[in-house]
Amino acid sequence: MRVRESDMSDQKQRLARQFIESIPHSRALGMVLDQIEDGTATISMPYDTRFVGDPETGVIHGGAVSALMDTCGGAAVMSHPTAPTATATIDLRIDYMRPATPGQRITARAECYNVTRSVAFVRATAVDEDSARPVATATGAFTVERAPGTKS
Amino acid sequence: MKRPKPEPVQIVKQRRDAALRALVHGVPYIQFLGIQFDRRGDELTALLPFDEKLIGNPQLPAIHGGVTAAFLEVTAIIELSWSMVWEEMERGNLDPSTLDARHLPRLPKTIDFTVDYLRTGLPRDAYARARVNRSGRRYASVHVEAWQDNRSRLFAQATGHFLMPGVEPAGKDG
Repeated sequence: MRVRESDMSDQKQRLARQFIESIPHSRALGMVLDQIEDGTATISMPYDTRFVGDPETGVIHGGAVSALMDTCGGAAVMSHPTAPTATATIDLRIDYMRPATPGQRITARAECYNVTRSVAFVRATAVDEDSARPVATATGAFTVERAPGTKS
Repeated sequence: MKRPKPEPVQIVKQRRDAALRALVHGVPYIQFLGIQFDRRGDELTALLPFDEKLIGNPQLPAIHGGVTAAFLEVTAIIELSWSMVWEEMERGNLDPSTLDARHLPRLPKTIDFTVDYLRTGLPRDAYARARVNRSGRRYASVHVEAWQDNRSRLFAQATGHFLMPGVEPAGKDG
């Protein structure tokens, strides 16, 4: 796991790296945190033949895209200005628009567009190198844990 | 008319297990996650043996939500494909010895997939079973349930819609 360092301030970079690097499965999928700020996150993963879901076409399995979307959604929640201390997915719906092109990197961008005291609402989009046509979109609800005594 | 002699049970089992193996072993991502399938007649149970690389929260520790989603989606797709393969095989239209990674039945494509996370996925083996609620010519709807220690305490469930193989992607034929 590595974080692209040029895009972020030192402190955010450190937090972001901690968040992603402490996740063994994200590391297993080769996820890279590209950007994280104020409730939005961008995470990408390389094409890898081990993640293929349809051997006939070489297209990545939807499950790997789900893992990317889920991680990215969680990262967006954690980066929200109201500073949640922890989060977990309540539900996640993924719509698959088209197969990701084999050989291309997949990039997910998630936005935490609303938070209440205990719930965060997230939407996300995944693209390959043709960023004009989404591969998948997702919407999810996440739990929000807050430090004792904080107001929402 | 004389009734044909029933096939020996071992032959029948071998054929069915070979078909299932071809279906499961042909998909690299299923191997990557280490998912296996247990068969009793036509009923499948998916098994996800716990592994360090499946962890999403090292503090608890807990299985990654993406792993849970992937496990459920894999189970749904294999169940749906298996129900088609089973039918063909029982009719005598499909010889599993001709199946390998390059000659698999076309897999259904996921249209959408919604996962409910009911409990934390513990660092233990997980199991899942899928039910095909509707399987039409073009679309199918599949429900999946996953549990760990107790069958009645699900840790996740999901519903997905799938485009059946052999049908043009939406947009080309509406």
